[in-house]
Amino acid sequence: MKRHVGFKVERRPVASGRVVLLVSLLAILAALVVAGIFFQIYGVSPIRAYQLILRGSLGSRFGLAETVRRAIPLLLCGVGLTIAFRALFWNIGAEGQLLMGAVAAAGVALFTGLPGPLLLPAMFIGGFIGGAAWGLIPAILKVKLGVNDIITTLMMNYIAIYFVEWLIHGPWKGPSVRGFAYTDTFPRAAWLPTIYGTRIHWPTLVLGLVLAVVMYVLVTRTRSGFEIRVIGENPDAARFAGISQLKTTLLVMLISGGFAGLAGVGEVAGIHLRLLGPTHISMGYGYTAIIVAWLARRNPLAVIVTSLLFGVIMVGGDVIKVSLGLPFQLINVFNGLILFFLIGSEILLRYRISFLLRS
Amino acid sequence: MDNSEGYAIELRRIVKRFPGVVANDGIDLKVHRGEIHCLLGENGAGKTTLMRVLYGLYRPDEGEIILNGQPVQMTSPRAALNHHIGMVHQHFRLVPTLSVEENIVLGLDEGTGPFLNFRKTREKISAIADEYGLSVDPQAKVWQLAVGQQQRVEILKTLYREVDILIMDEPTSVLTPQEVDQLFNTLRTLVDDGLTIIFITHKLDEVMQVSNRVTVLRQGKVVATLLTAETDKPTLARLMVGREVVFRLEKSPMEQREKLLEVNDLHALNDRGLPALRGVSFDLFGGEILGVAGVSGNGQSELAEVLTGLRKATKGRVSLAKKEVTNCSTREIIDLNVAHVPAERIRIGIVPALSIRENLILKDYRHPPFSRWAFLNNKKTEENAHRAMSDYQIVAPSDETPAMLLSGGNIQRVILARELSKNPSLIVAAHPTYGLDVGATEQVRQVLLAQRERGVATLLISEDLEEIMTLSDRILVMFNGEVMGIIDAEGADIEEIGLMMAGTRQKGEEL
Repeated sequence: MKRHVGFKVERRPVASGRVVLLVSLLAILAALVVAGIFFQIYGVSPIRAYQLILRGSLGSRFGLAETVRRAIPLLLCGVGLTIAFRALFWNIGAEGQLLMGAVAAAGVALFTGLPGPLLLPAMFIGGFIGGAAWGLIPAILKVKLGVNDIITTLMMNYIAIYFVEWLIHGPWKGPSVRGFAYTDTFPRAAWLPTIYGTRIHWPTLVLGLVLAVVMYVLVTRTRSGFEIRVIGENPDAARFAGISQLKTTLLVMLISGGFAGLAGVGEVAGIHLRLLGPTHISMGYGYTAIIVAWLARRNPLAVIVTSLLFGVIMVGGDVIKVSLGLPFQLINVFNGLILFFLIGSEILLRYRISFLLRS
Repeated sequence: MDNSEGYAIELRRIVKRFPGVVANDGIDLKVHRGEIHCLLGENGAGKTTLMRVLYGLYRPDEGEIILNGQPVQMTSPRAALNHHIGMVHQHFRLVPTLSVEENIVLGLDEGTGPFLNFRKTREKISAIADEYGLSVDPQAKVWQLAVGQQQRVEILKTLYREVDILIMDEPTSVLTPQEVDQLFNTLRTLVDDGLTIIFITHKLDEVMQVSNRVTVLRQGKVVATLLTAETDKPTLARLMVGREVVFRLEKSPMEQREKLLEVNDLHALNDRGLPALRGVSFDLFGGEILGVAGVSGNGQSELAEVLTGLRKATKGRVSLAKKEVTNCSTREIIDLNVAHVPAERIRIGIVPALSIRENLILKDYRHPPFSRWAFLNNKKTEENAHRAMSDYQIVAPSDETPAMLLSGGNIQRVILARELSKNPSLIVAAHPTYGLDVGATEQVRQVLLAQRERGVATLLISEDLEEIMTLSDRILVMFNGEVMGIIDAEGADIEEIGLMMAGTRQKGEEL
């Protein structure tokens, strides 16, 4: 009799934490392997490339600091996105919300003339409002008119990008910067303090860590969190239970947009100290944060870990550019691959596949 | 080898497991050529699973399928059709926007090249339809057809594919008593022509009426195979349930109480924007169970939704305890202590990924003691869960178990515990025992009767006429969004109800 290998697919009741972790690591590993092919095409050994990336991002004080610096906006955007995704609101617009937060903070810093100690808090509040407002528009469109949230949040990004371009080329172009397209430098009172010798603007980092914990408590322990989970897990049951989709959607987008706005404040007040070109402010943090939130399986606390991981990857982009002379964009390929494998691997959370030998 | 002469189908030691259950546990089934063979069992006994194995929708974990003496592998429904086996599912597999003939040829290679040719198809369809009395307009769109006619299309579809063996999965659940008679006549004609029919049901009357032989399943195992002529209903009921069945529930006479719910000329649209309720009026008293009978899809579910705030009324009024509540929000209705046991339990009644504990507070989470300020009170929700689990005999490893892991009966107990625990004034219960085993059914019925004793008004929507006759004080029959009549349950005539379900108004009724 001929023997052959068969396989059996069974539904898993609930995936345990161990399985989730294992499957997530497997997805990252698969992305590493496939990305390795690209390094090979460029004639670089993937092993060597990954060694360099690890050494560059974690192997020195400078690298480590850069990794954390990159992780800060990812943390803030990512925590907000976990809340939106929990309520099944597909916010692809953290990038635009981050930029609007940056615009609001720049506006406060440059034009309000607030006294020193009030300036930074006002910038954070303004940034939160800017990002939240940008996030609430698609929320209202979805609940009131049924407009697709993926499309509106994505399109709002482009509006934000060109709005920033217009500001820095037009009305907000700094009188003192001559030919360049950016605003004047913020007054000293609007600069965020950094850890000595690094570009880690620690107040934003602390804010991100605190908000991750607060959001975890919100989701697991509060009435609003309960409403968010019910809507996300079964919108029909939410309607049946009299939970308002409008209020809950507005709340999650207030949080999601607002946190992205805070990330924008951190970037302009902690790194650039002025409003400048949108690609300089953000480098796609808002998009990468989608993967960060997804890899964290929508758990706000886990975002602390995943945002650091993506900090490593972003610094890795600088490393391969400088050390290997490869295009920075390879990192985007890598990010795409991770998301691809992550979403693809979700079937493994729902089904168990076992191989068996049949005769 | 056994002698398989004379058997159209033989299933040997079929085992099919799903996580946590063995749906078929070593089932042997022999079906003679040219007979109507009933598969009798309660919901969850494994009837449908077994037939899905035979039809190639499930692969069995163990066991053999033998057709005409030859072992075969059923890898897909297409393989089953190649062996001339057809199945009419409980929920029809038709494309509503396509015509009858388009549905019939769907998946077949009819016509020439890329072009469809309906002339020959039409001839063949009308030949089959004439022979078996299955008249239906081949060019009508399926969505325009009544449910009984759609079922005919499903049968035509299998006959068009020249099946020898026809599996019918609970075909009568959507039909009026008159349509059931018609279906049974068709089935008898088919058998006279040499077809073999496997008929899945949990209704004893149907077994006695239509079958030659009957195989009784219980908890995934065969209990007995009997000649129908040599058995009777009580025997079958005992075999099916595993113990004596009480067909009557004790019910005290209703005391006349105050009018609690008043519905006046209520109109509403269905999901497709078509009229679903056309001037429904009735009163409901405290301490009364008003049964709503009707073939499914005649406005009963829309009525439940309007009363519980899930659907807007376009016209008419609803008052609850003399207070106008027409088009109040779901939340307002919940806060007026209206309990809703929904028909679609898993779709809207529970949140499958959340725990039993959380599902139990789905409607109450925003009030003390379950929450204070913004925070949920874990201790109180846990106490509540433990109380509900013991009061309603919810069987689960713990109160943290996700609702999706529960059996149908336990899910319904969770819903009942949640809906009834805060002493409702009105209960809207839709198909409260559908799909439950006998033990759970009895429990649910006792709970509803206990609420009636307390003076609660209950609107009981069910397709199970026996249930309606057993529990109700009065019976309201709906057809096409209208009330055909309201009769006293005491001494109600099932023939009369059947006629009303098919659209005949109650004598002397003016609406």
